[in-house]
Amino acid sequence: MLTAATLAILIVMFMAICRVVVGPTLYDRILAVNMFGTKTVLLISLLGFVMGRPEFLDIAIVYSLINFISVIAVLRYSDSSIFHHSKQQK
Amino acid sequence: MLLAFLVAVALAIVSMKDLFSVIMLSGIYGLLSASFFVAMDAVDVAFTEAAVGAGISTLLMLVAITMTGRSEDPDRHKPFLALAVVVVTGGLLIYGTFDMPAFGSAQAPIHQQVVPRYIQHSMEEIGVPNIVTSVLASYRGFDTFGEVVVIFTAGMGVLALLSVARRPEDIAEIDSLNDSMHEQHLILRIVSKMLLPFILLFALYVQFHGDYGPGGGFQAGVIFAAAIILYAMLFGMSTARRVINQSFIQLLAAAGVLLYGSVGIVSLLEGKNFLDYGVLSDDPVAGQHLGILLIELGVGITVASVMVIIFFNFAGRRENAHSGEENEMQNNNRGNNKT
Amino acid sequence: MDTLIETSSFLFLLIGSFLCISGGVGILKFPDFYTRMHAVGVTETLATAMILIGLMLQNPDALVLLKLLFILLLTLLIGPTASHALAQAAIKNGLKPELHKK
Repeated sequence: MLTAATLAILIVMFMAICRVVVGPTLYDRILAVNMFGTKTVLLISLLGFVMGRPEFLDIAIVYSLINFISVIAVLRYSDSSIFHHSKQQK
Repeated sequence: MLLAFLVAVALAIVSMKDLFSVIMLSGIYGLLSASFFVAMDAVDVAFTEAAVGAGISTLLMLVAITMTGRSEDPDRHKPFLALAVVVVTGGLLIYGTFDMPAFGSAQAPIHQQVVPRYIQHSMEEIGVPNIVTSVLASYRGFDTFGEVVVIFTAGMGVLALLSVARRPEDIAEIDSLNDSMHEQHLILRIVSKMLLPFILLFALYVQFHGDYGPGGGFQAGVIFAAAIILYAMLFGMSTARRVINQSFIQLLAAAGVLLYGSVGIVSLLEGKNFLDYGVLSDDPVAGQHLGILLIELGVGITVASVMVIIFFNFAGRRENAHSGEENEMQNNNRGNNKT
Repeated sequence: MDTLIETSSFLFLLIGSFLCISGGVGILKFPDFYTRMHAVGVTETLATAMILIGLMLQNPDALVLLKLLFILLLTLLIGPTASHALAQAAIKNGLKPELHKK
């Protein structure tokens, strides 16, 4: 069952990558990256159980924190200046 | 399977024109390669890749992109020469790997010479369960010292190139800019306030648990820096500057390297080799343990403060440019009103 | 007792995987950003919680349980916060929801 769950998560990760590549707007991309990050957290904790090494969970915790921070960063900087630039160019 | 993902993402990065999506994809690339390391059982490498590759470098690239603008310049030069160089080098590298022993082969030279010694004796010589830490910090302590110095030098380089002299009126202006920008992020601010202590605590756990599990100075430093950067992003650069003084943190960066180096010199003075920690205590094993803790602390301090220095300088520059822009716009408006 | 725990863990993992995949299909198929956000919300909170609880049931070790609980709390806190901020930024920058789809 663990392996099946790992496979399911891998498939979902692939779907998220598709959305990042296709994504018409910026926000679609951010959303997909966020989802990808959460799925990576899950994947790593599952892998830890599959391979019988639960200390991988440390890495999963780091991931969820880093994921949050990077989403905030993206929002913070996309808010302010990138859009200003594009509007001014128009 | 993961490797196929990696290749696909790399191709997508090359084909993208919008630099913003390139950054997003490179973040994914970092996450993917870290999962790859996890699948290969290289926990410490995965840890570093998670913190550095997926987190901090994406962040720094983002800050850089806000200074440069969003789309790639159209090609002006012919790429064929560069392509040829890359293909030849890549081909040579792949040709070189044919000489390497098969993956996991017991006959490989690395398994013949130092590794058995590390694996068999590290427990009795160093007394640290995580072999990666003992190799990194004790057997190869000199190399790690070099790495720390490299990071320190990078921080100094950024400081020399980008450091901005700031007039007092600029600071007030940036304050008002920040306030207007942050009022709307109420929920974000509250949740981050709740999370921040846990992040810092976790960084300390990673720092001091490096002997037993995956982790150590590099990773802990990056997590620590990430927490500070989160604070700076949500509560404004000037608030963060008030908490963490710029010159204080520059001092800390130097202090980390000094701590590392002075541990080495102490052991030199006691008549042993540079960075041989056995002398720090009566019992050589306890001395090794103490030495590793000390130099990991040095590494952590340096890494964290250099990351924060780089971020502050990038972001400070950006906000300067931004407020300059606002000024210009205001001036234009005034001019229009007069006419 | 053991079989009960085994079966419930199996069930949790199964439901979690199913929700994951349905969210993945959603992010590819839904027409605009806000509906996609709904799909991501499903995978991000419910499916994650299911899989993590499934994992928790598999392991009796206290430290591992604690770490899993920590991850669960983090994702439950972080996911909705990030989605909220994202939606707010999107609507502030003038991305309209697609209201009338043929």
